[in-house]
Amino acid sequence: MTPLTKKMFRDLWHHRGQMISIAAVVATAIMTVLSMRGVYESLVTSRDAYYETSKFPDVWVQLERAPESLRKQIAEIPGVASVDTRVSFLATINLDQIEKPASGLFVSIDNPDAMLGRLHLRSGRFVRKWDRDKVMLSEKFAITNSFEEGDSIEVVINGQLRAMEVVGVAISPEHMYIVPPGSFFPDNEAFGIVWMGRQTLSALDNMESAFSEAVLTLQAGAVEEQVKADLDELLKPYGGRGSYGRPMQISHQYLENELKQNKTMGTAIPAVFLAVVAFLLNIVLRRLISTQRQEIAVLKAFGYSNADIGRFYFQFSLVAVLVGALVGLFVGVWLGDVMIEMYKEFFVFPNLQYKLSGSLLFFALLVSILAATVGALGGVRNAVALPPAEAMRPQAPARFHPGIFERMGLGTYLSAATRMVLRNIERRPMKSILSALGVSFSVAILIIGLFMFDGVEYMMNLQFNVAQREDISISFNRPLTPDVELDILRIPGVAVAEPFRMVPARFHSGHLKKEAGITGRSVAHELQRIITADGDIIPLPLSGIVISKFMADHLQVRRGDRVSVEILEGRRPWREVEIVEVVEDFMGVSAYMEIGQLHRLVGGARSVSGANVKVALGQQEKVSRTLSDLPAVAGVASPRSTYEIFQKQMSEGLFIGIFFLIGFSSVIAVSVIYNGARISLSERGRELASLRVLGFSKREVAVLLFAEQGIITFLAIPIGWYIGYLLSQAIALSLITESYRIPLMINFDTYVYAAGITLIAAIGSSWLVRRRLDRYDLISVLKTRD
Amino acid sequence: MRESKHLSEEGIAEELPEGQIFQARHLSKVYQMGEVEVVALRDVDFTLHKGEMLVLLGASGSGKSTLLNILGGLDTPTNGHVQYRDLVLSTANENELTIYRRKHVGFVFQFYNLIPSLTARENVALVTEISDNPMTAEEALELVGLEDRLDHFPAQLSGGEQQRVAIARAVAKRPNVLLCDEPTGALDLETGKIVLRALDTVNRQLGTAVALITHNAAISALGDRVVQMSSGRITESTYNAHRASMDEIVW
Repeated sequence: MTPLTKKMFRDLWHHRGQMISIAAVVATAIMTVLSMRGVYESLVTSRDAYYETSKFPDVWVQLERAPESLRKQIAEIPGVASVDTRVSFLATINLDQIEKPASGLFVSIDNPDAMLGRLHLRSGRFVRKWDRDKVMLSEKFAITNSFEEGDSIEVVINGQLRAMEVVGVAISPEHMYIVPPGSFFPDNEAFGIVWMGRQTLSALDNMESAFSEAVLTLQAGAVEEQVKADLDELLKPYGGRGSYGRPMQISHQYLENELKQNKTMGTAIPAVFLAVVAFLLNIVLRRLISTQRQEIAVLKAFGYSNADIGRFYFQFSLVAVLVGALVGLFVGVWLGDVMIEMYKEFFVFPNLQYKLSGSLLFFALLVSILAATVGALGGVRNAVALPPAEAMRPQAPARFHPGIFERMGLGTYLSAATRMVLRNIERRPMKSILSALGVSFSVAILIIGLFMFDGVEYMMNLQFNVAQREDISISFNRPLTPDVELDILRIPGVAVAEPFRMVPARFHSGHLKKEAGITGRSVAHELQRIITADGDIIPLPLSGIVISKFMADHLQVRRGDRVSVEILEGRRPWREVEIVEVVEDFMGVSAYMEIGQLHRLVGGARSVSGANVKVALGQQEKVSRTLSDLPAVAGVASPRSTYEIFQKQMSEGLFIGIFFLIGFSSVIAVSVIYNGARISLSERGRELASLRVLGFSKREVAVLLFAEQGIITFLAIPIGWYIGYLLSQAIALSLITESYRIPLMINFDTYVYAAGITLIAAIGSSWLVRRRLDRYDLISVLKTRD
Repeated sequence: MRESKHLSEEGIAEELPEGQIFQARHLSKVYQMGEVEVVALRDVDFTLHKGEMLVLLGASGSGKSTLLNILGGLDTPTNGHVQYRDLVLSTANENELTIYRRKHVGFVFQFYNLIPSLTARENVALVTEISDNPMTAEEALELVGLEDRLDHFPAQLSGGEQQRVAIARAVAKRPNVLLCDEPTGALDLETGKIVLRALDTVNRQLGTAVALITHNAAISALGDRVVQMSSGRITESTYNAHRASMDEIVW
């Protein structure tokens, strides 16, 4: 080991507090890169492989009913590689063990080996086309309700109660994320996928030799838009609901959203941390080099070259960074595993594992070395530029100027001590600004993390406590006459029944189009209400239509405009309708009309497609059961139970999330403030000792030292709030999808927590430095030259 | 026991005899420097009188700085008793020492230890703001001949000027005693004289007792009394028959 290397290790040891704090920031950066980006890569790789091997479709379409013979015509559409047809519908499942109503998406299976979106068997066997009363269940639903092969499950299809035998448990690439209709959160207890042999299922739904859903894969180079247009044209007479591609497929969409978020966060967070590393190394090395002027001069006088000196300080910062990177590597891989396990709670893959790719590891090392280099650059340049003779002389006293307050004429109101503090901040404005910026990121990180919870909580609360106030929501498996309301009211325990009509439609404005269901309700109905993102309740207008802002933006229309509506059922009329209100809601894409208006719009017989029900206290379970057994009822849902599940999952997620957020935020706050205070102490040690000699108490001196960090922290907090707000806004905007839009709603508490945690970190780091200040030897400081 | 002579029951000492500010008895100080023990003071008896100009002479390592630091409340003796008026410094706690430094004693060091971020006036104001009966910063700076450098920052002042600001800062609180450790050590001859003249002025005009450390024997003529130290002991203490004025001093 050369003497210079020995010196490096001793210097590192001497400055271990600062080096450890910098290494911690590096470790966090590397940890977030390797975990978030690593998880992102692992998810993408697994998903792509899964899609590939399972022949994941490119296009989906639901329709009323088409003869199986149409399949051949679909296959002949130019660009189509293969076609698969199915029968699928929602139906009720009777579960004795849970109180709330359960339902399933029933999907037919012809040939498990030849299907598109091939299932992956987890246990048992596949159902076959001709199997009678045998089903396969989706994995999460089976596990949550403890179904195993050989168990019997009761289903209610078209009013017929049937006991089915569970023969297998499977997963599907089309259902990696399973949400009940109308929700956006999995409810594995009350909703699952049920696969059944095509023959049995068709018979139950009167769909023999017919299909209600088609899925296709496309040839390479096919134009998806064209294929969809041709397909929609072909299916028009059969009640086609409009075809859609992968971006609109629910499971794919949620996964894609999650991936996008992961990628953004996995890039933004490490970038912030690495910027903090570069800044800290810069200020620490500058200070180190200025205290080591004489040593540098002596080394140069002995014949060490500028390159030797430069390399020394560069290696110095590299060691801190590499130690941090190594720690970050281990923690990052561990965290990646943990995150993958968390993903498995929501997304079902056949084989998902955290895999760290060589290129990501290389990239992580490269950026950390880059941060070390950028950080070391300024200080090293100073060291190299110093001629030996000059380096041996002590540094000239620092130059100061009257500060901004004094130039404004407020100087007379400030004590000499206050002026000291202010001038120190102003003397190096860049350093002060960057320190404040660093600390403000510690606030901002907490805000953007907590905002996700605030926004989702706010959204769910509005959705389930203000907008959807029904106890039970039922959907019918065929259109019923409006007087079904009276039948429902006759059921014991039902207090209010509000039937609604849901009509699939396609909205057109110029060349732009968007599919959405139109909900028709009576203006007297009170259970479901239209709400805006601000929580305002919008009364249902007597004429015209209310649409989601998401759709208005998509169609580029505004309130007062007229749009063309293509009804996707019955005689499929085209109508013009006036937009009387655009509502900024946050779930799904909706359109609302007064039910009488909707009947006129669609033409034909008046009918309803479902009802919202309010039940008497304690009657929920009983009423649910009665309703599920009705032949016309396809599904029974309880919004409240969805909300409860959401809240449970949320509070668990919140706990883990907050744990990491506090960690991230504290690492930044502590490292910036601790290093800032340490450098201040080193630069101003003799100044502070002088004050002690002049009769200032330890406390007063500590106040003077920490006032600077204190002011920086206090300035940083509102800046952090603002940055946090802007970043939250950016995140909210980037996460706008058809399924949900997280409102930019940041609770007051969140601002307080963010500031509080940063303040605690600041006080903690000051305390560490304060101990050092208290141990300062007054005499020796004053007797040495600077 | 001689140490307890001035101590009352409560640990507060009786006033020193008329005319004395400091009294030290059997003072010793041992430093632990790594594994080596360094004896800086050995059984020193010492007295400083009101208004006195005392010159402490001695080679480096003779113990004069240690003595001064103990008198100033910057350091505590290993053994012995040291008292300033009615305050026993050897047993005083951190708080008492802080108040003592704040109110009663002024320091001047070889390196001026000014606050670089404050102007001359503000460096002095730093002290006047926390004292009971200070002179104004302007008065203090006028006393050392810097009335026209009030708003200069340390970086804009010469070494001699900086040292005079340090003296003004030390005397602005009207201390009873001024402790100066090699105040001219870093200065050239002419500048050194200006600084010494400032100290002489303070002593004569304000009646502040001054203890001045130097290893320059020529300066000793300036004092009422000269104390010679060597190897941690006081080897000689002599009164000057004639206290020279600044103009008579040559080195």
